[in-house]
Amino acid sequence: MWWEYITYFINATVLAAALRMATPLIFASMGGIFSERSGVINIGLEGMMLTGAFMGMLVTFYTNNPWVGLVGALLSGGIVGMVHAVAAVRYKVDQVVSGTAINIFAVGFTVFMLRTIFDVAGTSPAVPRIRTVALPVVRHIPVIGEIIGYQNPMVYMALILVVVVHIFLFHTVWGLRLRAVGEHPKAADTVGINVFLTRYIAVITSGALAGLGGAYLSIAHLSRFGDEMTAGRGFIALAAMIFGKWTPFGALGAAMLFGFADAVQMRLQEVGIPRHFVQMIPYILTMVALAGFIGRATPPKSIGKPYEKE
Amino acid sequence: MELRQSSLSSRNLLVPLGSVVLALLVGAVFVLIAGENPITAYRVLFVESFGSVRSIATTLQRATPLIFTGLGVAFAFRCGLFNIGAEGQLYVGAIVAAIIGVSFGDLPRVIHLPMAVAGGMAAGGIWAAVPGILKAKLGVHEVINTIMMNFVAYYLTDFLVTGPFHGGRWAPETDRVFPTAALERIFLPTRLNSGIILAVVAIAVVYVILWKTKTGYEIRAVGFNPGAAEYGGISVARNMVLAMVISGAVASLAGVEQVLGVHGRFIQRFSPDLGFMGIAVALLGKNHPVGVFFAAVLFGALRTGGAAMDRLTDVPRELIVIIQAMIIMFVAADELIRRLFARRGKA
Repeated sequence: MWWEYITYFINATVLAAALRMATPLIFASMGGIFSERSGVINIGLEGMMLTGAFMGMLVTFYTNNPWVGLVGALLSGGIVGMVHAVAAVRYKVDQVVSGTAINIFAVGFTVFMLRTIFDVAGTSPAVPRIRTVALPVVRHIPVIGEIIGYQNPMVYMALILVVVVHIFLFHTVWGLRLRAVGEHPKAADTVGINVFLTRYIAVITSGALAGLGGAYLSIAHLSRFGDEMTAGRGFIALAAMIFGKWTPFGALGAAMLFGFADAVQMRLQEVGIPRHFVQMIPYILTMVALAGFIGRATPPKSIGKPYEKE
Repeated sequence: MELRQSSLSSRNLLVPLGSVVLALLVGAVFVLIAGENPITAYRVLFVESFGSVRSIATTLQRATPLIFTGLGVAFAFRCGLFNIGAEGQLYVGAIVAAIIGVSFGDLPRVIHLPMAVAGGMAAGGIWAAVPGILKAKLGVHEVINTIMMNFVAYYLTDFLVTGPFHGGRWAPETDRVFPTAALERIFLPTRLNSGIILAVVAIAVVYVILWKTKTGYEIRAVGFNPGAAEYGGISVARNMVLAMVISGAVASLAGVEQVLGVHGRFIQRFSPDLGFMGIAVALLGKNHPVGVFFAAVLFGALRTGGAAMDRLTDVPRELIVIIQAMIIMFVAADELIRRLFARRGKA
């Protein structure tokens, strides 16, 4: 009886859905890790995702090729990241203010352009999307095959990205430099690391990855852009990054947990648990984690502080 | 610290005014993209927001909630705290005001209305107290927690308005509040209501608290230099929590005004980012109550004129959102603005 109860909520179908829900969060939270590990707060992830979602759709619309659209999303997200970098690093704009401005700008920009280019309100025309693939061999493995054997290529890209970011951050000299800049920029500068350049690259990368996360929504999961379609996922990605303690695998775990909450909410609603309370879980867990009740989440030491060369 | 300047001298006006001019220039590029003449578009924007008594009334009505959120955000800034949670605070304030407004129909107006307003303020204050306490006691940065509290507020009010307090109509909204709890309309046919009077009072009260009371002095001292304040015998923790509570209570009045004065009911996700725009209003107003008023009127005018521009020209109203975002960015990039305009001044 209780076993049936559990398998109703935790089974391969739900976990496969959780992975799909987690994918945009994984991309954006990896982006967040790049930026924040270099010492730049990035609450603009939401706006970068939204821009990526829109530009991914737009480039796909003109080229008829979602893979080219993906490149468009990557570049446009990177450009928004560059704006944040110039503001935060060059002009020492308060990083939270800059992120807020970017989030508001992205909402205005995407709706404005959607209406100007297509003369429609709400949703864009349909465009081709990146289609789901079946993995040979893997999909025949019981359970695991059901979860990861038949997914969108971007889901696999997200999982690979986590490994790549982990190796980059903790097993390469560039990753070490990036972390040094975020923890102790003056010391990093003293040993010859270019703090400004490092932060520029990190924040641009951050935007590019968030842009990919947004594009997943518009040209992989769905095949059109809708107004404000990111719907706060940039902030959930931020939460996943914090809950995962600014580490790639931690953020992956958090994104999976939040994706799972997302995937299971309808089933919980059926047994009388209002889905709105399930939707609150990522945010409340993040506050709990920050408060230190479940192993304290501590941000990089020099986060939010502009660096001034002496 | 740029965020904490107090006086509104002409030198301090350079950055806000320069930012608005630059933002309008960026906006002009988007007007061109939309295939319209910027001068035509901006003329419509101006005429429709300030060109008649009626349009001025609409502008003031649109400015009213922004005065509240702007004041709230500015108050927290004065204590060195960044309250990005005005959006959530106004939602919980709005739902509580609505719940009180649809209940207690037999109460006289002199009790019912103040009760609904005070209830909303209390909810907003409590909502903001949580990140305040976490900051004061555990040192957790208030930015992330206020963002997280926004989402909790969205889902909590989603639940309340679609569940226990769902009104008789199909739409996700409460019933209409009793007339005894409504902020009456003062300039028909516009939706300008007595909330604007409340807003002016709030401006005065915030000014007095910050500059004429010991509490305000302590709050500003903590914002200026927490270490020195603590050394001087001021409780940093206590003042941080207090500043957040007042900030949240004032910001929540935006939601209260929307419910009791504009819509007459709580509508799910009614706010067009009023809380986030409050950040822009506070920054543009240099965190001074009087500055907040003028910044809110400007933003109210943009919204009013933007809606007309959308109707009368080919420019989508979202141009306004773009301009507002640019204002936020430019105001915060004061170094850039000073350099741009100082150079021009010398030449």
